[in-house]
Order: sequence, then C-alpha cells, then structure tokens
Amino acid sequence: MTTTYLKDIETVARNGGAKAPWLEALRRQGAERFAATGFPTTRDEDWRFNTLAPLTQAEFQLAPADLGGVTAADVAPFLYAIPGVRTLVFVNGRYAPALSSPGEVPAGVTVRNLAAALGAQHPALEAHLGRYAEPGKGGFTALNTAFVKDGLFVHVEKNVDAGAPIHAVFLSDGKVGNAASHPRSLIVVERGARVAVLESYVGPAGGTYFTNAVTEAVVGDNAHLEHLKIQRESELASHVGTTHIHQGRDSRVTSFAISLGAAFGRNNLDINLDGENIESQMLGLYMGRGRQELDNHTNLLHAHPNCGTREVYKGILDDRAHGIFNGKIYVTPLAQKTDAKQTNRALLLSDTARIDTKPQLEIFADDVKCTHGATVGNLDQLAGFYLQSRGIGGALGRKILVYAFAAEILEEIPYESVRQGLEALVMARLDERGEG
Amino acid sequence: MSTSETTVESLVGGEYKYGFVTDIDTEVIPKGLSEDVVRLISAKKGEPAWMTEWRLDAYRRWLKMEEPHHWGNLSYPPVDYQDIIYYAAPKNVKPLASLDEVDPELIKTYEKLGIPLREQKLLAGVAVDAIFDSVSVATTFKESLAKEGIIFCPISEALREHPELVRQYLGSVVPVNDNFFAALNSAVFSDGSFVYIPKGVRCPMELSTYFRINTANSGQFERTLIVADEGAYVSYLEGCTAPKRDTNQLHAAVVELVALKGATIKYSTVQNWYAGDAEGKGGIYNFVTKRGKASEDAKISWTQVETGSAITWKYPSVILQGDRSVGEFYSVAVVNGRQQADTGTKMIHVGKDTRSTIVSKGISAGQGNNSYRGLVKVLPRATNARNYTQCDSMLIGSRCGAHTFPYIENQTSTGRIEHEASTSKIGEDQIFYLKQRGLNTENAISMIVNGFCKEVFKELPMEFAVEAQKLLGVSLEGSVG
Repeated sequence: MTTTYLKDIETVARNGGAKAPWLEALRRQGAERFAATGFPTTRDEDWRFNTLAPLTQAEFQLAPADLGGVTAADVAPFLYAIPGVRTLVFVNGRYAPALSSPGEVPAGVTVRNLAAALGAQHPALEAHLGRYAEPGKGGFTALNTAFVKDGLFVHVEKNVDAGAPIHAVFLSDGKVGNAASHPRSLIVVERGARVAVLESYVGPAGGTYFTNAVTEAVVGDNAHLEHLKIQRESELASHVGTTHIHQGRDSRVTSFAISLGAAFGRNNLDINLDGENIESQMLGLYMGRGRQELDNHTNLLHAHPNCGTREVYKGILDDRAHGIFNGKIYVTPLAQKTDAKQTNRALLLSDTARIDTKPQLEIFADDVKCTHGATVGNLDQLAGFYLQSRGIGGALGRKILVYAFAAEILEEIPYESVRQGLEALVMARLDERGEG
Repeated sequence: MSTSETTVESLVGGEYKYGFVTDIDTEVIPKGLSEDVVRLISAKKGEPAWMTEWRLDAYRRWLKMEEPHHWGNLSYPPVDYQDIIYYAAPKNVKPLASLDEVDPELIKTYEKLGIPLREQKLLAGVAVDAIFDSVSVATTFKESLAKEGIIFCPISEALREHPELVRQYLGSVVPVNDNFFAALNSAVFSDGSFVYIPKGVRCPMELSTYFRINTANSGQFERTLIVADEGAYVSYLEGCTAPKRDTNQLHAAVVELVALKGATIKYSTVQNWYAGDAEGKGGIYNFVTKRGKASEDAKISWTQVETGSAITWKYPSVILQGDRSVGEFYSVAVVNGRQQADTGTKMIHVGKDTRSTIVSKGISAGQGNNSYRGLVKVLPRATNARNYTQCDSMLIGSRCGAHTFPYIENQTSTGRIEHEASTSKIGEDQIFYLKQRGLNTENAISMIVNGFCKEVFKELPMEFAVEAQKLLGVSLEGSVG
C-alpha cells in the first residue's frame, strides 16, 4: 500500500537527516515521483512476469533503527575470509559500527557509511548521488530515493588502487514483521583508480521483511571496478535491488550477481557505457527452490564505439520456483564496432519450476557484432549417461552436473573464500534435495 | 502523389474479372463504420443471419478495444477508422490496350523479377488475350480439385454453399475478440479464401498459381480459412512477388489454419505491398493476424517473405494443441527506405512431445527498422516440448535498426528451448571478394543477402523461391551508395 510509505516519507522529512538543500530536493523528487507513479504493476512490460501483489499490497513499515540485539554471531555466517577485507555492517539499513571492521584504507580512499559521509559533506556526494539511478526510472528507485539516508559510500581518488575489497553487509534482523529498509550506496572510482566492492544482502531464515536497495557506481576513465552482489535474504523476504553502473572511457567493470535467497528477489542491473573502448562483464547465478521468484533484469547501453561486453547469466530452478531473465542490449547509432555477447541459460530441475526469459537486442548501428543465446531445459541426459558409464550414477551424477552448471559462474569469482563459501551453499542446497 | 503514381495505382486497383470476383462495379457506401455498415456488408454478401450476428458481435467488441499502439516497435500517425470506406467494390478501370500504356517503372521491376509477359499484363491490369483466359485455367483447377473433394472458393461463396463447415471453424483459431485488428476484420471482412481438404487427401497442387490469378485483389480486409481434415496435406501460397500498389492504406487480414489429426498445412506468403515513397509517405499499413491450430501429429509451417508495406505488424503463430504436433516458422523480412517491420511468431506448446522451429532473418537497410518479436511458451502439460529458434539480423548502412524481442516462457523441466540470435554487418570482405570476381556492388550484396536467407528460401515452393531471391535484390536497390 503506497499510503503507508507516503506517511513514512513524511515522518522522515520532518525528522530530517542531513540538511543540505540538494539532498532535500533529491528526496522530495523521489517522494513526488513515488506518489505520482506508485509501484509498477504487471501491466508494465518490465514487470509483467513478476508476482508483485504480495509485495506492493502488503503494509511495510520503515524498519526500526535500533539494533535490537544483533550480534557478531548473527553476521558471521555471511562474512568471507578475504585477506585484508574491510567490512561495514548495516542492520535494517543503518550503519552498525560495533559490528563493522572498516580497517585502514590507503590515502585517497574513503570508505564510510553514507550517513556519515553526508554529515561530513563529502564533495563527491552532491556531484553523483541520484544522478544515475534517476528516481523517474521506476517506483522502487523513487521510493528508495525518498528515503536516502544510509548505505555504503566508497570514493577512490584518481590513480589510487584501493587494495583489498570492501564488503558491505546489509542485514535485516527480521525481528519486526513487515519491516522495510532502503539502503542507498554510492561508489565513485575516479580516473585510473581501482576498487573491489562486495555487497551482501542477508537476513535470518524466516524473516518477512522487504529490502529495497539502490547502488550507484561511477567508474571514471580508465578506472576498474569489481562488483559482487550476493543476495542471501530470508526465503520469506522480498528483495528489490537496483545497481546502476556508469562507465567512462577505457574503463573495466566486472559485475557478479548471485541470488540465492528471497521469496521475491529482483535484481536490476543497468550499465551505461559512456565512452569509447570500454569493457564490461556481467555474470550472474540464481538458484531458486520452494516458491521463490528470482528475477534478473539487465540493461546495457552501448552509447559509444569500440566497446565490448560479455554477459552470462545462469539459473537453477527447483520445486515451484520461478525464474525470470530479461537482458536488454541497446546499441545507439554512434556505437559502431560494438561487440556484445549475451548468454543466458536456465536449468529446470522439477516439472513445476518455471522460467520466463527475454533476451532483447535493440541495434541502431550497422558495424556491430551482437549475439545472444538462451537455452532452457533439464540436465543433459547424454552427460548423465556418460557419468553413469564411469560408475557415477543417480543422485551423485545429477549433483555433479548441476554443480558444473553453476561452477561456470562461481569459478570466475576472484576471491577464493567467496567462491568456496558460495560453492558450499550450492552443494548444501543440492544435498538438501536429497533425491535418490 | 505524382500523376504517374496515380495511374499505376488505378491500374493495379483494377478489378480482376477472372474466377470468382463478384462484379459490383463502382458501388461504394459512405465512409465510416457503424452497425448499419456491418449489416450492409453482410447483406451485400448474401450471408446467413448467424453470420451477420457474428460480424455484429465482433464489431461491438471492437468498439471496446484499444488500438495496440504502445507495445510494437513501430511509429505511425493514428489511423482514423471513420475515414475508411469499409465496402467498396474495386473501381472498374477500363483495361489498357497494351503494356505500352503501363508505367515503364513498373514494367522494369517486372522484368527484373522475371515475371512472364502474360502475368505482367495481368498484374498491370492489361486486358489479357483469350488464350490465356484465367477463368478457364481456374475452372480446370477447380475441376481437378473437386474430383478429390477439395473445396477451394472465396469465403463469401463458402458461406453460402458450405455454411456448416465455415460456421464450425470460422473464429475457432482467431476468436473475434482476439485483438483489435482481428475484431475489425471479423466485422467488416469483404472476402478471402476458404479451403477444405477432406480426410486423407493430399492436395495435388500448390494452391498458389490459382490463388495468384484469382484473389490478387481481394481487398484490404481479407479473411482466409484453411481446414485440413485428418491426414490431409495442403500447400498454400498467398501474395505475389510483383509490387502491388493499392490506395487502401490500412490492411487488416486474418488467416486461420486448422490442421486436424495428422494433417499438414504449409502456408507461404510473399508480401510486397507498396512501401511508400522515400519519405515513407503513402505506404500500406499491414496489420495481420495469422494463426494455426495443430491437432495430434499435425504440422503447420509458416514461411514468409516480407519486403513491402510501410508498416508490417504480423505474428504468424501455431498453437501446438495436440500431442506430437509440429510448428514451423521461416521468415525473411526486409526493410528499406523508411519501412518498419515488427514481425515474428508465437509457438504455444500445449500438447506433449511437441516441436517447433523458428528461423527468422531480418535485413535492415536505408532508414528501416526491423524487429523480431517472438514467443515460445511451453505449458506445464507439454512435456518433452522442444524448440529451436534462430534469429539473425543483418544491417546495411548506418541509419537502420535491428531489434529482437524474444520471449521464452517455460513451465516444464522436460522442455528444451534453444534460442540463438546474432546481428552483424554485411561483410566488407565478402563484397570485396565478389567485386574482385567481377560482380558490381549491388549484385554482390544481393548474392550475400540471398545466402543469408537461404534457409528460409528453401522452404518456399520452388517457383516462388526463385522469384523471392530476385525480389530481395530489387528491394535492396539503392541501399548502398
């Protein structure tokens, strides 16, 4: 119900946060936009496969700010032992310094929570916040913009290598039913700089909450960004996450989107290739069971010549899970010599699982190479037979094949502990299937 | 509009006296659409009362519908549906004495396409000598078809002579309220063809030549219904490679195919309506609803070559209702100048072990925009469904666009769906190679494009495959400087 949100927006506006007029204007813009459009419906082409009613009809209250007794032990299962990692933990969308270990950062690197950065009036904020994820783009982004308050803020000055990755853990404690949080993050990588950021969206099993996250990343000329988004929400929660990446000339971005949790999990990834000679990779893995609905919408804008992109998204769907993939590649008339490659594959492990996939190419330049491929099906019988002939039959054989399917994505994750952690999760899920 | 163009249009707009076209001369009813107009059309066709009601029902539903203007990748000014004459017997233009009187441009195109002189005359509306009297040709065909029990006649005639058959199947695949244009067509269609192939009969000829002579002028709201009874086979070709100019801007045809148990229907289309001038003015808006329903072990195959029309909005579809049924879609769509095409197919897998194949080749040149929009839907009951889709686009020039919107919706784990798409530029090295062998640029492009489309052309009936290849060359003329 949009009215509850509007009431919350009013409260937030009254209590204020930062006093900067530009920020107030941004929030107001989000609020006005949300009041005008509300949530999308399945009549919107971008949302037509989604089951939106449970999310948009329910009454979600703004999640309480107090920590409610979340301890390090609650967060531990979602951390990874990456050497030198700097961890920021957010509980219900608010920074929890007691649980965080931001560590030391090299000169020229700022890693803080957004609220603190806003308080300190970091100059990159006004220049970038809300400039890429325009509130006009949809109800959820508008709603998030109306609530801009806290989240991750990373700024890397030009030609600086930020070193070990930064891990932001957004935990919803789920202690209050139907609580909503709207984390907002901004990553600014100046010219020639380099940074790796992990975002985890997590919650305890059984929590019924709603996370509406927006992350904007600006990658300057010749800069590098490695971005991993790991969604391990409660399987009863709703998650709508939008990531906007804006890339400058000669920049490199690798983006991972791993979705394992949420009853309704939607992942929007928009990349704007705003310069020549850019390379980007988008890799995704989603694994649904029960009645999970996992949606990945990627939107790639090739606006300039000589850019190359590679996109691989894979889904594994079991039980009555519903997978959705929409991959749009838009090539403007300017973007000659574009080389865009998109693959999306889905594995259906049960007869009641369902997949809706829509790769979409819109091409206005002639000297381009654009391909997309989509496959949907169950396990390759021939491969199963091969394993069987080698003495690996039944459940184990199937497990190996499903694992191999997922491994294509997981193997590309550059951090061993993350890779191993996720591999263990995938294996555990396959074990839980317990088929004989 | 230039005077020469007017001449050509009036020429081709001439009524064909061959076969079944009813001679109503210059009878025209006022512009606009109302229940009275629908009744009038029905009365003029001498239709039974249930048919009049059927049309009225469609009209009433149409009134409540909205033109699907927003989702297609098309842009055109709104159509004023009250500014259309819904019933006009084609103008009775006096036949010309000889080909010399025909616009030389038109003749040039005919020659490039290699259309025989006799047919050229026919197409241009020149009086044809008695020896090639298509009435007699048609009659001969009709006799040999009748021997097999095949019914092939205008749908208006079928409504009078085989009302029970028409009533059983009309609207069974494309319901009157299916979409805006289908509803409009259902309300006002003036004519079209009806085909019935009895059980186990293999239609002895392509129903193409006959059709070409007979209904080349069946008007803007065409209705086709083809029923292949159990185990029957028919191959049907609609349209014509020759450029057709028509003053009717809006075309909204409906084609329904019913393939009963074990039947096969092969439906090929070559569409080359007037595409408008260089600014895109005056071309045909082609909004077509085509759908087939395949029962057990039946097969429906659509092949289309779309080179004409300012706007093409067309999604020939197959409902794979019966177990083991097969659906196919082979398409070549070419846009040049300012043409826009939004075309593709829908394969709805309902039955078990159903298979579908989609091969779509889009070629964009000039300032044209070509979209492939397709749906492969596998319902939970359709176990072991199989789909293979390939859609390739080729871009010639830097001001055109190619788009793909494939929807894949799978609800069974045993379904296997593969989709591949690519977009690329016509190869400079290929053109260079061919030029080095003595071909000029235009011929080189035509040869490369034909190679690109080969997979689709091989599905066309032989004589049309040859013409379609030439047609492609003509359509792309002037696309490279």
